Amino acid sequence: MNDIQLPPIDYAALLPMLIVFGLACVGILAEAFVPRKHRFAVQATLTLAALIAGLVTVIINRDLEVTTIGGAVTIDGAGLFLQGIILVLGIVAFGLIAERRLERGGAFVANAAHAADSDGDKKQLNEAGATEIFPLTLFAIAGMMLFCVSGDLLTMFVALEVFSLPLYLMCGLARRRRLLSQESALKYFLLGAFASAFFLYGVALIYGYAGSVQLVAIKQSVLDSDKSGVLLAAGLALLAIGLLFKAAAVPFHVWTPDVYQGAPTPITALMAACVKAAAFGGLLRVFNVAFETTSWDWRPVITAVAMATMIVGSILAVTQTDIKRLLAYSSIANAGYLLVGVVSLGGAVGSSMFYLVAYGFSVLAAFGMVTLVRDADGEATHLSRWAGLGKGSPLFSAMFTIIMLGFAGIPLTSGFSSKFALFSSAWDANQSALVIVGVLSSVVLAFPYLKVVVLLWLNPPGDETPTVSVPGYLTRAVVGVGVLATIVLGVAPSWLLDMVNSAGTFLAK
Amino acid sequence: MDSITYADATGALSSMWLLVAIPAVSAAVLLLLGKRADKWGHWLGVAAVLAAFGLAVTYFFQLKGLDNRSAALNLFEFIHIGGLEVNVGLLFDPLTAVFVLLITGVGFLIHVYAVGYMSHDPGRRRFFAYFNLFVAAMLLLVLGDNYVMLYAGWEGVGLASYLLISFWYERPAAATAGKKAFLINRVGDVGFALAIFLMFATFGTTDYAKVFNGVLESEAGQTVSAGVLLALGLLLLLGACGKSGQFPLQTWLPDAMEGPTPVSALIHAATMVTAGVYMIARSATIFNANETAQTVVVSIGALTLLIGCIIGCAKDGIKRVLAYSTVSQIGYMFLAVGLGGGAYALGIIHLLAHGFFKAGLFLGAGSVMHGMKDQEDIRRYGGLWKHMKITWATFGLGWLAIIGMFPFSGFFTKDPIILSAFNREGWTGWLYGGAALLGAGLTAFYMTRLFVLTFHGKPRWEMEKHGDHHADGDEAHHAGIKQTADGRDIQHPHESPLIMTIPLIVLALGSVFAGYLMSTSVVDWLTPVLGDAPEEHGRLSHGTVTVLTLGVVVIGAAIAFLLFRNGTELVERPARTHIVRAARNNLYADRFNELVFELPGRLLTRALVWVDNRGVDGIVNGLAAAFGGGSGRLRRLQTGYVRTYALSILSGAVLVVAALLAVRLG
Repeated sequence: MNDIQLPPIDYAALLPMLIVFGLACVGILAEAFVPRKHRFAVQATLTLAALIAGLVTVIINRDLEVTTIGGAVTIDGAGLFLQGIILVLGIVAFGLIAERRLERGGAFVANAAHAADSDGDKKQLNEAGATEIFPLTLFAIAGMMLFCVSGDLLTMFVALEVFSLPLYLMCGLARRRRLLSQESALKYFLLGAFASAFFLYGVALIYGYAGSVQLVAIKQSVLDSDKSGVLLAAGLALLAIGLLFKAAAVPFHVWTPDVYQGAPTPITALMAACVKAAAFGGLLRVFNVAFETTSWDWRPVITAVAMATMIVGSILAVTQTDIKRLLAYSSIANAGYLLVGVVSLGGAVGSSMFYLVAYGFSVLAAFGMVTLVRDADGEATHLSRWAGLGKGSPLFSAMFTIIMLGFAGIPLTSGFSSKFALFSSAWDANQSALVIVGVLSSVVLAFPYLKVVVLLWLNPPGDETPTVSVPGYLTRAVVGVGVLATIVLGVAPSWLLDMVNSAGTFLAK
Repeated sequence: MDSITYADATGALSSMWLLVAIPAVSAAVLLLLGKRADKWGHWLGVAAVLAAFGLAVTYFFQLKGLDNRSAALNLFEFIHIGGLEVNVGLLFDPLTAVFVLLITGVGFLIHVYAVGYMSHDPGRRRFFAYFNLFVAAMLLLVLGDNYVMLYAGWEGVGLASYLLISFWYERPAAATAGKKAFLINRVGDVGFALAIFLMFATFGTTDYAKVFNGVLESEAGQTVSAGVLLALGLLLLLGACGKSGQFPLQTWLPDAMEGPTPVSALIHAATMVTAGVYMIARSATIFNANETAQTVVVSIGALTLLIGCIIGCAKDGIKRVLAYSTVSQIGYMFLAVGLGGGAYALGIIHLLAHGFFKAGLFLGAGSVMHGMKDQEDIRRYGGLWKHMKITWATFGLGWLAIIGMFPFSGFFTKDPIILSAFNREGWTGWLYGGAALLGAGLTAFYMTRLFVLTFHGKPRWEMEKHGDHHADGDEAHHAGIKQTADGRDIQHPHESPLIMTIPLIVLALGSVFAGYLMSTSVVDWLTPVLGDAPEEHGRLSHGTVTVLTLGVVVIGAAIAFLLFRNGTELVERPARTHIVRAARNNLYADRFNELVFELPGRLLTRALVWVDNRGVDGIVNGLAAAFGGGSGRLRRLQTGYVRTYALSILSGAVLVVAALLAVRLG
């Protein structure tokens, strides 16, 4: 019997993740040892430093192509680019999470267990909110980074849990509307655990078929395995369900509106931008590396899922009356467009990643602006309350209009260039049916966005139109960056498209 | 045909991006400065369009001196992915030039008019911002050198039109009309978007020159199947029908008249609605390559021109009649561009002439309404010529131009279209020519009815004692102005101020002379883009058709004059025949759309909402009730139970696994 030997580890390749994971652990220690007075400043600095250092190391590693830790991690062009996306969007989302000017103590509550208006709650009213949110964010982001570069399914599962568990927790930390927030956290947790079980069972079945959980080995086994194809098909289906749940594809989307609505808005923004990037990074990797050769088996099913996601997401968005729910359904529909990229395989990886960037920036700005419309009870998210905001707050409304036009895919915004690039690649890959459904559903989806625009500008203000808070510099930066990206990527997207295309694809050996 | 190349822009033409930039910047300034710009904002808007017009004239003369008669300006790379390369590029060629001149020239006059028309409106600055935005988008539409740029402008004008129709949002009708315009246009846009993807898949590019050369090559070598070309043509046509209000997507255009009158004149008569004609003329090579696609264009044009005429006869709102006449006149243009060959140029000159006289007619209608306190119902006008002489004279010239009376512009532009229609090969020539001829007679009838009822006969507005009769009953916006303290409606028709009548006079001069001036020169001017002028041989000679048309027009006008010279009743009589009833109901087009598009959409939405919120839960609770025997649970039917969600995920999982296994084993 052989001794178990430590596989060679390429620490340089892992450095970005090591930095973020390591500083997340430091953050936990800081939580214990730094005096409360300084804790916020220390934690915020630490988090930002970790994210920036991670990004810098990702950029340094940009040409790396290596498989390390015995095949558990595959660092390749596409993986590094996805890590970069997650880190950049994470840095922007950090601005929303660290914002403390909009609400005394920030959007998060220190002790969520206190019932509203109880003595304990009144006491913590003037205290700083939870700073645990920062190390949790770092853990989540590090988990997402690992998820995109996992070389085998077990590592992928671990990464999935690493980024999911902090998110469940963060969803329940809202200072306002605490019960709604905690309910959403519990729902997300229960359903997430349910989906994880599917994922794990799928891994087991695939192991039964391929004798390995490595993505590359699975691809090879398709050619020479003597096991029943039923194992592979069932395993693939269960695996896909676990991934589609995180991506919020129909019919595994049911949690999305409730969780998006209940979670503190900065966390919703993080989920809509970064988790989407991670989930699709994982989906793209699994389908492009492990199951490319079996595409005849899964393509019809994933195509149907993509169509259902686009149609259901866009039609249900029309009926929404709450801005956060509207954005939730829009994120479901956008998951459908991204699935078009997954189904189109190789050629569409670049445009899918471009889409993730474009959508991520816009959605961060959108949620950033949702945090600004407030009344005495916190954020006013019901759409009827937004009527006529254009009169009193023209700049805010103009920015929100740009974001909405971007989502609606109006030319000269990133929504158009990203959809155009994605659908072109899909059409190139002979997925014309998906493109037709995609164009149709984006037409439907444009309607709710423009409804919001009309509401802002053309409707008379109601008696109780909330005010738009003066944003702190952090939120201001987030919104500014998001709006700028929406315009720049719409008017001159070619530099980023060049970048995603030269980033290379997934390493499949 | 030789392969198509465009020369690079040189000299002054290399600054043609200014045409789009100037109005766009002006719109941005007006929107961003907010109330600070209220005092002078409208003049900035007017100046921006005037500057664009000045540039357009400069470029026009520059272009005239060029041998190649084209100037392409590549600004920067837009999207480069895989095999697809799309640039932000502009193209100034004869076809673009005439559109740019029309948009900026007529646009400038209408901007000036709007300064007067909107003078009492608190939202005037915002109005001019949207108006400038529209001009910028429309110029982008005609200046782009590839289909993606055309699409960008296309969406831009749609957006501006949507905002401007809903401008008087206090009126529910305006808000609904805006929504309708948006939705129906989106149906057309789907066609256009898919056409672009198909183009990319077939030719690997969306540049005009490369696509057209690809089509020409494929004609020679049969490399592209006829089916693909047909599909391409039909998808483009769907887009064109949406934007230009052609059958079966015509219903939004008359409703769009809820917007302020200058909007109706500029966007919904002179420029935007003709974008479909521009697109087909621009894609002449694609349509020429497939006869079936051309036949569909001709048929849609002929059908729409009749639909517009028939409904136009039954309407009483002055702007509604004009709107249906727009639908009908664009039908003529579609007919012309569908006929192909030299008729393309005829469609374009009719478009230009129409731009003048229809803008004049709409502005005249606005002037009448301005003097009549926003009364729109022609049954309540009459004898106005004494009170507003300039409006009467200019409207009269527009009326003579649209019915095609010699020597006004419609005569020189519409007659050749009718002639070309008759000369189409085979029996269809009789069909389309007959339709066009019948349309000319009907146009003469309903336009004369409109003119006589408005300006002649006994005044019927004096009989009106109370202010409770409104054309459409939805004019809450101006109701406050309309009624005096004792609730009575006392009208004093008056002429509009000079700032409104001067544009009217200029446009009227255009309606008189433009047709003759354009009938030869513009056709020659367009030859490099659209091919040679029609040849004068066919089953009917030019003289015969001219006499026939004039005869039909005179008969139509005479009947209308005899019927309506003494005025008419104040309210319409109940319809006695089916055709009148159908015409009054817009030939049931709205009902058709409702049944075919809206109803299934609404049912689908309802079903999805139900499944998403209650479906699974309902089944769970239903089962529980059935097995447990307690109906109490049913009453607690709610949304958001986590068990519901889990069950939904589980059912989805079962489906996905089953489907994958079925694919694998099947």
